[in-house]
Amino acid sequence: MLKRIFVYPYILWMFLFIAAPLLIVLWFAITDTGADGQTVFTFYHVARFFRPAFAGEPFFQRLYIVVLTRSIWIAVLTTMVCFVLGYPLAYALAKFFGHRSILLFLFLVPLWMNFLLRTYAWMTILEQNGVLNALLSLVGLPTIDILFTDTAVVLGMVYNFLPFMVFPIYSVLKDMDNSVIEAAQDLGANRVQVFFRVVLPMSVPGIISGLTMVFMPSVTSFIIPNLLGGGQFILVGNLIEQQFMRVGDWHFGSAMSAILIALILLMMGFIKLIDRQPRNKDGPAEGVLY
Amino acid sequence: MIKRIYQVYIGVMLLFLYAPIMVMMALSFNESPSRSYWGGFSLRWYRGLFADPHIAQALTNTLTIALLSALIATVIGTIAAVGINQLGRRTKSIVIGITNLPVFNPEIVTGVSLMLLFMFAIRVAGMGRLGYTTLLLAHISFNVPYVILSVMPRLRGLDGNLFEAAMDLGATPMQALAKVILPQIRPGIITGALLAFTLSVDDFIVSFFTTGVGVSNLSILIFSMARRGVNPRINALSTLIFLTVMVLLYLISRRDTRKERSMYDEEN
Repeated sequence: MLKRIFVYPYILWMFLFIAAPLLIVLWFAITDTGADGQTVFTFYHVARFFRPAFAGEPFFQRLYIVVLTRSIWIAVLTTMVCFVLGYPLAYALAKFFGHRSILLFLFLVPLWMNFLLRTYAWMTILEQNGVLNALLSLVGLPTIDILFTDTAVVLGMVYNFLPFMVFPIYSVLKDMDNSVIEAAQDLGANRVQVFFRVVLPMSVPGIISGLTMVFMPSVTSFIIPNLLGGGQFILVGNLIEQQFMRVGDWHFGSAMSAILIALILLMMGFIKLIDRQPRNKDGPAEGVLY
Repeated sequence: MIKRIYQVYIGVMLLFLYAPIMVMMALSFNESPSRSYWGGFSLRWYRGLFADPHIAQALTNTLTIALLSALIATVIGTIAAVGINQLGRRTKSIVIGITNLPVFNPEIVTGVSLMLLFMFAIRVAGMGRLGYTTLLLAHISFNVPYVILSVMPRLRGLDGNLFEAAMDLGATPMQALAKVILPQIRPGIITGALLAFTLSVDDFIVSFFTTGVGVSNLSILIFSMARRGVNPRINALSTLIFLTVMVLLYLISRRDTRKERSMYDEEN
């Protein structure tokens, strides 16, 4: 019994700083403060997120639903761009340059910089009188105005989250057994076949954790849209921040946080589902070889 | 041929990663505040940086909070991990599940939930306000799970009877912890502490929600400066931070390779 002595203080801590805050959010989400200061139970604020502005407003044109779908869309776009850019990079690093740790080091260093500074750097480059336009006009090209647009937000997110895609894939590719690839070649597979039927399927675990690690922060980020998207560019994260810091409607803010948590849980469940399927059948290695 | 293509690709990606940082470094020495015009070399933004009391205060806050929160979270997390490891399977998975919540939760939800907790506590106590203390508590609380996650794998590799054996030989629980368990899990503890320090220095979102008027760390200061538009002093600040990080990482990696080399020498 005595050995349990270490866990009790932590359980208290855990309840106080992990469980209680989330329960308070949940509490605010399903209550409201009446005119007389009484707290009443209601799903008003949760429903408010989905409510039409006028009778018969189509579901996907409702204000908050638009924000939600835009957040998801931006995150999907970011994740796709990160995958397309990141996979070849991870492949190149693992296959040709794995022994040169200085290269890996170079890819890690920017991660250690405060991410606000990294985002801010893009403001300097993209703004109207910024570096990019100065370069463009120097070579006689028309200037572009992309700061405070979707493009800038996706660019900022890709820049910040790309390493989260590269490193999980890199670590899977690096540990891949080379003899499996040689076996495929011996059995007559050409380069393309080896890649699509051996290397790619075997890197699925890395791809899935890469996709998750990019998608999750993208969908909830509010600083990157706040800085690069300007005021008019609003994602779910911005909505929550507004409710707490400017509007002061804790009930609605908490309801939106609860909806966001539900969304994340749903997606994690979904990812777990896909992640499990191939491995349940016959294990990754055999599944690829036969 | 293919290798050549990949080399070029890696070069392009490095350019993409470093271009913004290089641009900021260059502009930090620009006499003119303009981003498209070179007004000559100058250190005026650095002078402005060091003369600014807000920046000095924010830097102090960032560093003290990172050190304190990493230290406290490491103590809490290590003791907790040892405790969790002794639990039965059922209870253990529940406790680990709850511990992992903040890791998977969106940061913004962690931020607002801690803010609501502190506001609630302040209202109940009838005193205090959001500020340095709440900021520190918030950082400790988001660091603890990461310390536990770093220490747990080390504990799993230990013999489960070690602790009991120590106590059978007359050690108190504290002695058993300090003299038997801790030395074996030291690498995990160090990883956890470093991770906690880094997370704390880099954090913006949770700090943003849990601090009060007049107490900023560097992230919050940069955010409020950037919101008001591009400010050349931030360029100077990032250049200094970048160079510090580079030097630190270089020193750490050099120490690691030297250690590896000396291990190699011993083997031969």
